[in-house]
Amino acid sequence: MSLLSYFFGSKQKTASVAKERLSLIIAHERGTNRTPDFLPDLQRELIAVISKYVNVGPDDIKVQLEKQDNCEILEVNITLPEQPQK
Amino acid sequence: MARVIVVTSGKGGVGKTTTSASISTGLALRGFKTAVIDFDVGLRNLDLIMGCERRVVYDLINVVNGEANLNQALIKDKHCDNLFILPASQTRDKDALTEEGVEKVLKDLEHLGFDYILCDSPAGIERGAVMALTFADEAIVVSNPEVSSVRDSDRILGILQSKSRRAIEGREPVKEHLLVTRYSPKRVEDGEMLSYKDVQELLRIPLIGVIPESDDVLQASNQGTPAIHLKDSDVAIAYQDVVARFLDEDRPLRFVAYEKPGLLKRLFGGK
Repeated sequence: MSLLSYFFGSKQKTASVAKERLSLIIAHERGTNRTPDFLPDLQRELIAVISKYVNVGPDDIKVQLEKQDNCEILEVNITLPEQPQK
Repeated sequence: MARVIVVTSGKGGVGKTTTSASISTGLALRGFKTAVIDFDVGLRNLDLIMGCERRVVYDLINVVNGEANLNQALIKDKHCDNLFILPASQTRDKDALTEEGVEKVLKDLEHLGFDYILCDSPAGIERGAVMALTFADEAIVVSNPEVSSVRDSDRILGILQSKSRRAIEGREPVKEHLLVTRYSPKRVEDGEMLSYKDVQELLRIPLIGVIPESDDVLQASNQGTPAIHLKDSDVAIAYQDVVARFLDEDRPLRFVAYEKPGLLKRLFGGK
């Protein structure tokens, strides 16, 4: 806190902090609480299929459903293991 | 067709019962036959806020269990001829509420010719709260401009969108309204309180009104008179505006901008 605000006792503007914290936590909880039931199954089956061909672990595949206005985006993120250098 | 409206919030103490009492009264004053049901089984309080606590004989659970009929349990409001209160049971717990039982009570109310049925939800996301919102056509989500209340409101919106009959049956979704209560324009201007626009931006549902923080709410509950009846009170006017907007009338927002008290007011005090 600066010296000026120390003397004049201006209060901290906390509302913007509250808004920022809320927008993060609400976005996060909407993501976890409102995903359709099939996502865990989809993730499991994708792992089964892909691991037939590539050596991937359960944590290497992320399935997320995002909602932007009226448009839903299904995002599948597969991290392939690092190739050994030839 | 009776319209079922749930007043809900997730968090406790934000003004659900105050809102249920005032909006049901407002609808009745507009000439609609209105019932207001307390779903807070075990912790009933709507009867106190409406000032009919000494006239409770039978309650919602008695009706659900067939121990009394609706006409015996409904209490006629002392101010409005076409407003009736269905109190919650004080002795049972919320497990006494069954979906079939609640559905039957709502159907029977419809047969009695009610236009609007308000369901005053308990706090939380347990059985009582879910029962209150299950059959809703519209929801008034009450939120204070404060972090825990806004988060809980978002949670209850998620439950509305997944557990209501309309959601389960894939019908037109429950019509959601945001009501921001205990609003202090001065604190918003000073940057220490979330603005109603912030809350609306976070929850992303249409705003139906803003109720200012006021000592009048305590005065009203002390007397068992719904706040909307108070004379010369900002809270009463704000609730009348909410009822008007609910009925699709156009009303500009009031009491959301801070007005510096004038010199006279500062010198002589006054409310």
